Amino acid sequence: MEAMGWGRYPKATADLIEPADAQSLQKIVASQKKSASCISRGAGRSYGDSALAGQLIGSRFLDSFLALDEQQQTLRCGAGVKLGDILKVCLPRGLFLPVLPGTKAVSVGGAIAADVHGKNHHRDGSFCQHVIQISLMLASGEVVSCSATQNQELFRASCGGMGLTGAIVEATLRLAAVPSRYIDQRSLVANNLQECFAHIEDNADSKYSVAWLDCLATGDDMGRSVLYLGEYSKGKNRKSDRKYQDRSSISVPFSTPSFLLNKSSMSLFNSTYFSLQKHKSRTSRLDYDNYFFPLDRLSNWNRLYGSKGFLQYQFVLPGEGALEGITTVLEKISKQGKGSFLTVLKKFGEANENLLSFPRSGYTLTLDFKNETSLFPLLDELDRIVLDHDGRLYLAKDARMSEAVFKASYPNWEAFITIKAKVDPHNRFASLQSNRLGLTT
Amino acid sequence: MKVLIIGATSAIAKATARIYAQQNCSLHLIARNGEQLEALRSDLLVRGAKTANSSVLDLNKFAEHGKLLGAAIEELGGVDIALICHGSLPDQEKVEISFKQAQKEINTNGLSVISLLTELAPTFIEQLGGTLAVISSVAGDRGRQPNFVYGAAKSLVSTYLQGLRGKLLTHNVHVIDIRPGLVDSPMTAQFPKGPLWASPEQVAQKIVKSIQRGSHTVYAPGYWRAIMFVVRIIPDFIFKRLKF
Repeated sequence: MEAMGWGRYPKATADLIEPADAQSLQKIVASQKKSASCISRGAGRSYGDSALAGQLIGSRFLDSFLALDEQQQTLRCGAGVKLGDILKVCLPRGLFLPVLPGTKAVSVGGAIAADVHGKNHHRDGSFCQHVIQISLMLASGEVVSCSATQNQELFRASCGGMGLTGAIVEATLRLAAVPSRYIDQRSLVANNLQECFAHIEDNADSKYSVAWLDCLATGDDMGRSVLYLGEYSKGKNRKSDRKYQDRSSISVPFSTPSFLLNKSSMSLFNSTYFSLQKHKSRTSRLDYDNYFFPLDRLSNWNRLYGSKGFLQYQFVLPGEGALEGITTVLEKISKQGKGSFLTVLKKFGEANENLLSFPRSGYTLTLDFKNETSLFPLLDELDRIVLDHDGRLYLAKDARMSEAVFKASYPNWEAFITIKAKVDPHNRFASLQSNRLGLTT
Repeated sequence: MKVLIIGATSAIAKATARIYAQQNCSLHLIARNGEQLEALRSDLLVRGAKTANSSVLDLNKFAEHGKLLGAAIEELGGVDIALICHGSLPDQEKVEISFKQAQKEINTNGLSVISLLTELAPTFIEQLGGTLAVISSVAGDRGRQPNFVYGAAKSLVSTYLQGLRGKLLTHNVHVIDIRPGLVDSPMTAQFPKGPLWASPEQVAQKIVKSIQRGSHTVYAPGYWRAIMFVVRIIPDFIFKRLKF
């Protein structure tokens, strides 16, 4: 079959095998020929080629809940369980996931392998900081338990390890108690990037914080943005406040012609959005679904970029140079006549100890670009700006970074391959991305 | 609500059980693989099932059906819905040339269901209510070259249900025949998938809805009713030449 990531670029031919349980997973992993490489694939929500290989092991049927301890606030489940399913089960009990990415369609295994983050990274860290234990199937077929105290090295390599150390079978997660399913949102308009940074710093104690940016505004307006701050609504502890609702979504049925997304249409969208936000009320109460997952309302929105797909470019720059670095990036993009439809800026808290995790203290900017030949030289130039500012790119979104850029920006890569060599000496777990980045051959 | 699910570890049964668990029903699960049953049991309890018990049984041991069902219903404290889901998808080329193989498949997909229904019916008649829901298949609608042994077993079930439905009508017991089309589950892992394939979750939603509504013959998803209508009206002199 033809396989691709969420960005629909690149595409590759692959065999997808979906084991019904851990036993059949073991058979697949252990019986595999030494020459063939495989990689786990959860919900297919990483953007680039990190879940592409000759053989894909899908976790769709490893979707069982194993135990929920309401007192200890922990949940144990299979790697294929989607975050949305967890919310469905936990919310009525007043429990919630401490870290949520921008979609609830990702699997637990994928969230751990990419060590995903959310709008509260500056306060609560990334997804894996709330993972208590994982059961990892190694290339030998052996299942080992890893945690901060047990097989610690392997745990640090596997959290954020892009599935390269083995296949995650099960995990135990820490949950958080929430008063209700509503979020009180406050929005602050910033007329330029500097103002946006100031707003973010002023509100650093806010639980959730993320800024939408008009990437196409230039000159004095460059970086005009809206900062969204969120806090849990103090509910009246009514049962209805914790009800889970399945929201209907509209699906994009096919790839729309990519010329519809051009500079004028993006500019129109971005400036209309900005002016609407500017005049809208500054505080509102939103359901968690609308607050955390606005894009889930439009399923298959990735088709809007046309059949050639798109590339998401997310980088982080450490604090001091971030404002200057992000300004340089935005200038470069507008000089090249390119634009990003959705641009998001967020502040990160401290990095964790995981070897290949993306977040580190500083600011992260996310841009998405329609896939076209002229884009790649621009992204190479952006890579250089990122490296100059001691930043790095997010592996879950990357589809084209060079080996040199990766190794220069992820200093723990050597420690990572030392651990990988111990558990997977023949590189059975390898993706197109890991080959490109020189983590596997 | 008290729900008894037979063949509970099949993908469709699992997805259906999860919906009932979410609705805080009491469940009793029967299947062959004890380990998978145990995993499903804890899954359902986390999802909200009031109770979830299970018993292990190879459904081809017809003689044990009565005793086991009796014990299961007693443990459940009665039964509102009995859902029969088990089945196996044989390799047509193998069962065509071996009667022993064919017999085994017809036992699994056809006769074992008749045996279960025979044992279950008196309980439902006695309590004057409830629903007997059985998963057959669109394959039973007409004997097609690539899977007519499986199809024959499924049409045995469908025909039986048509009669049973009438028989139980006066006892206020409802009988539903659910005919799924192509379902993307571990049972069909070896087939290439296309746009007609449905997920087990889609089929499960349809099952729960039709049990609630009291439907009779249900195609899941619904477009299979139109497809199978066309398949049924093709004249034999053409149909015998079709290889699909």
